[in-house]
Amino acid sequence: MSKQRVKFTFPQELITIPIIYELGKQFSLITNIRRADVTEDRGWVVLELDGEMEEIERGLDWVAAKGVRVDPVQGDIVEG
Amino acid sequence: MASFATALRCRECHREFPLDPIYVCDFCFGPLEIVYDYEAMRKAVSREKIERGPLSVWRYADLLPCDQDPAVDIQAGFTPLVKAERLGEELGLRHLYLKNDCTNPTWSFKDRVVTVAASKAREFNFEALACASTGNLANSVSAHAAHAGMDAFVFIPSDLEQGKVIGSAVYEPTLVAVDGSYDDVNRLCSELAGKYNWGFVNVNVRPYYAEGSKTLGFEVAEQLGWRAPDHCVVPMASGSLYVKIWKGLQELAKLWLIDSVHTKMSGAQAAGCSPIVTAWEAGTLNVRPVRPRTIAKSLAIGNPADGYYALQVMAESGGSGVAVSDDEVVAGIQLLARTEGIFAETAGGVVISGLKRLAEAGRVGRDEVVVAFITGAGLKTQEAVSEALTPPLRIQPTIAAFEQALGGRPVAGSAGPGT
Repeated sequence: MSKQRVKFTFPQELITIPIIYELGKQFSLITNIRRADVTEDRGWVVLELDGEMEEIERGLDWVAAKGVRVDPVQGDIVEG
Repeated sequence: MASFATALRCRECHREFPLDPIYVCDFCFGPLEIVYDYEAMRKAVSREKIERGPLSVWRYADLLPCDQDPAVDIQAGFTPLVKAERLGEELGLRHLYLKNDCTNPTWSFKDRVVTVAASKAREFNFEALACASTGNLANSVSAHAAHAGMDAFVFIPSDLEQGKVIGSAVYEPTLVAVDGSYDDVNRLCSELAGKYNWGFVNVNVRPYYAEGSKTLGFEVAEQLGWRAPDHCVVPMASGSLYVKIWKGLQELAKLWLIDSVHTKMSGAQAAGCSPIVTAWEAGTLNVRPVRPRTIAKSLAIGNPADGYYALQVMAESGGSGVAVSDDEVVAGIQLLARTEGIFAETAGGVVISGLKRLAEAGRVGRDEVVVAFITGAGLKTQEAVSEALTPPLRIQPTIAAFEQALGGRPVAGSAGPGT
């Protein structure tokens, strides 16, 4: 089992969709939200995913394909 | 020597942690920063002690989080603060200064943060330094690792310009060019930082690394005769440099080394990657990540780690955010070179054009003591300006050919020697 910490940033049209619930259910991941800021027109959620590494990777690809931006919790690593 | 750092503290939930190589709060995943014992620090520091110190960032060792002496030191910092008479006249500013960080050992301000990160990494007994970078950080990590005799793992995007590759490769790190989009490279490097026991300077050593930027604030205040400037104009990428210059000035006041800080902090970004300025203009603290599209690659951070905190400083200090086009970036580089003889990289062009806009809008006052931060040298980004420059006059080796090429333009000293 592996753990990964990520930040999801939701565009307005996806805020009402239960993406984190679906992620946990479809990919057998435990999703553990630690911080979030969601309003009616925007939102971000910082969470930890717990599961098989392959499932975490498949799950994150699925989330990104839905239109959610997926980032490491610490922001951009690649600096100038 | 033991530092005055006492703990790491979460910026969000304020939980404290020991001074380990960690960077996010285990509880809320917020970023960590250093806590100091300022009472004890105040008893140990004085203007005179600092002035007797080395001509590098290490003259401020008491205000940094490193415990061991000697540090990994290639003489970063204590760079010139230049009174910019000609540029000031052009912009209508009477007291304009340039903090010229082009003169650092690897020609950018990154040497300030990396000297602290490398020193701390050695204290933590890491055998290797690592980073992911599009230029300046890669150069600095490679150089510091070479000096310290540490292994270096430096990850760069595979489409990086040759000049930037050479600026790292010469120090013989393990240089890895990664295929893929920016987001792919970013995600891979985040995962590598979790897998290998390296001192990844802007990941697990980040709380220490970021403290190096405070020295820009310290130096400017000392070089102005121990006073804070009225206005700073700073380039913003992650927002960390901007926040730490402010923190540096605040710490000097806390230590009674300068009077209270009234400095307005303004931040400049390239319009093609300006998530912090966009949030400032919208009046929100919510920074929306963007996909960078600008020639100012050293500022191209689409998801800035310290964007939220930069916006807080902007509001608290009464500064402004400003974003400039790529054409303005080039014009800013040329204006700085033409008026002050300083060849800056694209981030410097962002700052100078941003300052020009702020001055024109009356957001920077004519009589304010203004400091513009020039964070890297232009030889690193020659391709940004090469097409905008006047080519040389090509002539045969005769005076007639020279004068024909001038095309009747007035020439200084044409009346002859001794006149």
